[in-house]
Amino acid sequence: MENTITQQYIDKDLVIIGGGPAGLAAAAAAKENGIDDIVILERDKYAGGVLRQCIHDGFGLKIFGERLTGPEYAARYEEKIRELNIELKLNSFVLNVTPDKIVQALSPEGMLFYRAKAVILAMGCRERTRASIMLPGTRPAGVYTAGLVQRLINIDGYVPGKEAVILGSGDIGLIMARRLTLEGVNVKAVYELMSYSSGLKRNIVQCLDDYNIPLYLNHTVIEIHGRNRIEGVTVAKVDEKKQPIPGTEEFVKCDLLVLSVGLIPENELSKSAGAALNKVTGGLFVDDNMSTNKEGIFACGNVVHVHDLVDYVTLESVNAGKCAAEYIKNGSANGDIINVVPENGVRYVVPNTVHRDSQKDSVNFMFRTGNVYRDAKIAVYDGDRLIKSIKKKILTPGEMETVKLTADEIKSVKGEIHIGVEA
Amino acid sequence: MKIDDKTITCIACPNGCEITVSFDENGNISNISGNKCKNGIAYAQSEVTAPTRILTSSVLVENGDFPLVSVKTASPIPKELMREAVKQLAKCVVKAPVHVGDVVCGNILNTGVDVVSTANVGTK
Ligand SMILES: Cc1cc2nc3c(=O)[nH]c(=O)nc-3n(C[C@H](O)[C@H](O)[C@H](O)COP(=O)(O)OP(=O)(O)OC[C@H]3O[C@@H](n4cnc5c(N)ncnc54)[C@H](O)[C@@H]3O)c2cc1C
Ligand code: SF4
Repeated sequence: MENTITQQYIDKDLVIIGGGPAGLAAAAAAKENGIDDIVILERDKYAGGVLRQCIHDGFGLKIFGERLTGPEYAARYEEKIRELNIELKLNSFVLNVTPDKIVQALSPEGMLFYRAKAVILAMGCRERTRASIMLPGTRPAGVYTAGLVQRLINIDGYVPGKEAVILGSGDIGLIMARRLTLEGVNVKAVYELMSYSSGLKRNIVQCLDDYNIPLYLNHTVIEIHGRNRIEGVTVAKVDEKKQPIPGTEEFVKCDLLVLSVGLIPENELSKSAGAALNKVTGGLFVDDNMSTNKEGIFACGNVVHVHDLVDYVTLESVNAGKCAAEYIKNGSANGDIINVVPENGVRYVVPNTVHRDSQKDSVNFMFRTGNVYRDAKIAVYDGDRLIKSIKKKILTPGEMETVKLTADEIKSVKGEIHIGVEA
Repeated sequence: MKIDDKTITCIACPNGCEITVSFDENGNISNISGNKCKNGIAYAQSEVTAPTRILTSSVLVENGDFPLVSVKTASPIPKELMREAVKQLAKCVVKAPVHVGDVVCGNILNTGVDVVSTANVGTK
């Protein structure tokens, strides 16, 4: 990087990038574990991340034992950060992180360079767009991602259409179907390419069924119509290879197309820091301490893998904050490392490695399957030896699963830990 | 006449249990099964008799550092009143500052339920 002015480094024990639920929980945990010199850098003008626009309820059952809305959950953590007297810098966009933990941020005071003992990456994820799913047709106005529509309606107070079609049945799409309907928009249907919805069942019930909004599985949008403003879409049924079936095309009039086609971890900065990514998910590789492969650089939340529930983000981030504090005080965790390998229908597992002599009582392994399985088992193996097997009525890609291994179970592993689905 | 069993999905938590409700000859609930916890029983009872939902929405703020504040009904309201309640809230304006839990609209549509703020909004 070219720099004509002499760089003034600000020394910090811990720099946290992102003030969403992950960053806030990690900061609080680090402070509670003896680290005082912390800064959280957040690019937005508010903390809380995506929770601020998720005004629906269903957050916090695990952590608070209450059904909270997104903003309420965020407010509790903001309050905690204030009480713990942790520095939170808003409107501060991190541009670069180096492997030796120099963090460069553009803030209202100008360009800042932090020199950190440890860094926690907590940048969350971004939405896949029209370009990433290669939607054909014209490029008129009125095509939005679901999260953007959510932000426009819930934060800016602007409803971007009157007749909507939703492509993709992820949770954000389902929640926006209800929100748009309540705001007086005629939501015509939700179309899903796959043979199952990637959203939670409860959201299909309370967001679609409640309002008689149809969900068409095995369907997709094959063309967008309209010159300046979108005037409609052509939808079609797809076969097993996800190819449109000729003769099933149908024109649907609309002035708003909402895309809810998935989220990808926001890892540009992780790449500049030299941290290794998982090719399957685009998330970061981490060990049981939420440490990346770069010493002193930790990660938590949606930047590691996309979570459905913020409560799990918080739990994971508390672990990251604790382990970063431990690293700042005592250096790297040493010792034998065991690989964790997904197999037989499991797409990925977090963490990717564990320490044999982990100081924890147990480690949670989080994962998703690549397909829907009914009456199946989750099997955990060490070579040929079965460590654990858990019966599941249903496994779907839309719902994150967890298996817990105790410290003793981990200690007993001779080879690698394999996690897969069995009939 | 005997009513057929009803299968519903519990929405009280992310588990989304499939609950089956059976009825006796008089149309009263005779059995509830499939719920993993007792909240499911309460949910199923209300769902087959008088379904209710928590409503979340947002309301305009005057002189706030944000144009809107998010709100919710403090407890569930009858499902069929959701749209009407949103219309009512569209007419509502609150003055900044607003704190989590402030009553934004009392006793909405005479349900006896208050609409409360779910976020903090400071003054401009
Ligand atoms: C529509 C929707 C509905 C959901 N519904 C539920 C639900 O019902 N119940 C539930 O429990 N969970 C729900 N979730 C999940 C939950 O909200 C997320 O899992 C959680 O917010 C992820 O937290 P995070 O901190 O990792 O990421 P985020 O919340 O995305 O926070 C990341 C933060 O990092 C900041 N950032 C990114 N890059 C930079 C940079 N370069 N410099 C500075 N700052 C940066 C961002 O501005 C943001 O504030 C939902 C999520 C969405 C999107
Ligand atoms: S029955 Fe209990 S566990 Fe099952 S979805 Fe309802 S609240 Fe959750």
